[in-house]
Amino acid sequence: MKKFVALILALVLAIAVFGCAAPAVDQPENTTPVENTNTPADTAAPADTTEPTGDNKAPYRVAMVTDTGGINDQSFNALAWAGLQRAEQELGCEVKYFESKTDADYAPNLETAVDEGYDLILCIGFMMADTLSEVAANYPDKSFAIIDNGSVGPNVTGVNFATEQCSYLVGVAAATMTQTNNVGFVIGMVSPLMNTFGYGYYAGVRDTNPDCQIQCYNANNFGDVAGGKSATLNMYTNGADIVYHAAGGTGLGVIEAAKEQGKLAIGVDQDQSYLAPEAVLTSAVKRVDNGVFELCKAGVEGTLTAGDVNYDITTGAVDIAETDTLMSDECKAAVAAAKEKILSGEIKVPATAEEFDALYGADFYTLDD
Amino acid sequence: MNSKNKLSFGERLLESAFTYTLISIIIGFIVGAVALVIAGYDPIESYGKLFGVIFRSTKNMSYSFIEYSVPYILTGLSVAFAFKTGVFNIGAEGQYVMGSVAAMLVGVFVQAPAYIHIPLCIITALVVGALWGGLVGFLKVRFGAHEVLCMIMFNWIAYYFSNFIVNLKSVNVGDGKTWSRLIQDTAKITTADWLPGLSPHAHFGIFIALFCVVLIYYIINRTTLGFKLKAVGFNRSAAEYAGINANGSVMAALSISGMLASLAGALQVMGVTYKISQFAGQEGYGFQGITVALIGGTNPFGVLLGAEFFGAMKFGGTRFDAPSEIVDIIMGCIVLCIAISNLLRLVVRNKKKGGTV
Repeated sequence: MKKFVALILALVLAIAVFGCAAPAVDQPENTTPVENTNTPADTAAPADTTEPTGDNKAPYRVAMVTDTGGINDQSFNALAWAGLQRAEQELGCEVKYFESKTDADYAPNLETAVDEGYDLILCIGFMMADTLSEVAANYPDKSFAIIDNGSVGPNVTGVNFATEQCSYLVGVAAATMTQTNNVGFVIGMVSPLMNTFGYGYYAGVRDTNPDCQIQCYNANNFGDVAGGKSATLNMYTNGADIVYHAAGGTGLGVIEAAKEQGKLAIGVDQDQSYLAPEAVLTSAVKRVDNGVFELCKAGVEGTLTAGDVNYDITTGAVDIAETDTLMSDECKAAVAAAKEKILSGEIKVPATAEEFDALYGADFYTLDD
Repeated sequence: MNSKNKLSFGERLLESAFTYTLISIIIGFIVGAVALVIAGYDPIESYGKLFGVIFRSTKNMSYSFIEYSVPYILTGLSVAFAFKTGVFNIGAEGQYVMGSVAAMLVGVFVQAPAYIHIPLCIITALVVGALWGGLVGFLKVRFGAHEVLCMIMFNWIAYYFSNFIVNLKSVNVGDGKTWSRLIQDTAKITTADWLPGLSPHAHFGIFIALFCVVLIYYIINRTTLGFKLKAVGFNRSAAEYAGINANGSVMAALSISGMLASLAGALQVMGVTYKISQFAGQEGYGFQGITVALIGGTNPFGVLLGAEFFGAMKFGGTRFDAPSEIVDIIMGCIVLCIAISNLLRLVVRNKKKGGTV
């Protein structure tokens, strides 16, 4: 019996020793192949001049780290990954994702991406900002980017979306479609970032239909479906017939209320028409995939710089949803005209309290007080 | 997990449990390989990458065997310890969360030098964990509430309590963000320089966890308390007849379990995350403690090995090119095999008996 125990212990020890010894040999081997795979491509491609593809560089390698939503979240992370896959196809990038399940995964995932030598490391979501600033400081010669957050270091690109522009367009749609000259707005939380939705929407409504009333509600919550619903029902009772939400899960209640009352709602972030095709007029979409693609493109072209970038309607990173079955022809025309004006720069949609107050006065949008 | 074999308790039992665990792990990997083939990956290459990434550098090993393993060592111990008293601690998840909340609050709001701040965080977490676990024990012995149901509900109470705390104005970091303020530097137990080449968040919690392994082993095997707990676990009525306070034992077991799991949460906050984020879903440290306890055969040292294995798989699982769910499949199969290994063992034993008689 003792022999057997001894045998097992010896085995465990052997495995342990082998396990510890292996990396010492493995380490140099394992870091070189990463570069090795690059160098043959590097040398082979220029030699192969008959190749019609003008790509004679090693592929640009991009890794993304998801937030705790995971890669299959059907929204933010999944969209970002779709953008990377597009970059893989169209730009010849080499792409990979690292999935985070808890907060504790962010740092190890970033470290692994650094170890594997990626040219650009993308953090999907502002939840990673603290960890990223720590990691980015440790690797000053690496490029990082973070979505929906300002830059957090000299080697970090902060990617933001001009959500006031898509909000402006849905504001135009709401102001042309309303029968009662009364529309609503539900916000999930008041912050400088969230207020851009409100500034754009209010500006769009006011520019299109100066007589139109706007009711607003701050849910202070991104997951309160019931609260969103009751607030929206209130707005309908008080004369509104279209309500726009920028409130995540709370907004599902807004759409539910519209469906129930036979009124209209406007979705956010993605085309939410599928939730209630008869009640969702349109949506202010934020194309994270297009934003990520733009970022990769800048990286490939070598124009990527640290600091804040703001992707706007010209890159397709924000837009109004494609579904327009509920819009009248007049509404479609008004939206198209407004979009033209934003694209041409004729309309500059306000994104901050100062810009907004200068154009429309301080008493109009009251959520930021 | 213990059989009734009192005389040769020890070697034979350990080795047989160990053998079955090894077989279970092998079966788990085989099933994982099948899943990999179905998903269109070469299993040998994938497994090579899985272990390659774990052992690639001292940094990765430190991630696998220190950072990722510490919480599992403690939640595994927590579950294993409760098992000894015949209580299934499915509440480790909630105890973990309460411990992390306690440590975070003390870490954020108390101003003290490190040598006071760190122990204070840990002690607060221990007290909260003991109360949280003991409360379920109280409900069980006083009102006869079933501990599994209670603890599942307590998990959700802890979950929403944590989200509530994180969103309090004084705790939240502000700016519409969904996490708490960072704990003070004096409450952090991460010191990246204690050994060169370690991962940046490798922390001293590993020593606390190792100490707990030894301590729990000692309590179970060398103290009257441990003896009482085991007696209650084997046969409650017999233990009561022998004059052991069974109710007290259950409460003690759950309190100690709660302390271990909440210590895991506290160390995670103090060493790795420094904050608590609003949960989008249960993080699963406590539930995975059940897996670890089963792999470890509820023996503290087995739990240690199980947690190291589990932590490494968690680390490697998101870094080999196949989907991370493969690792979940492997772990699930291992637990399933271990769960039915008692049955297998019975079959084998009966055959042996039949052979010799």
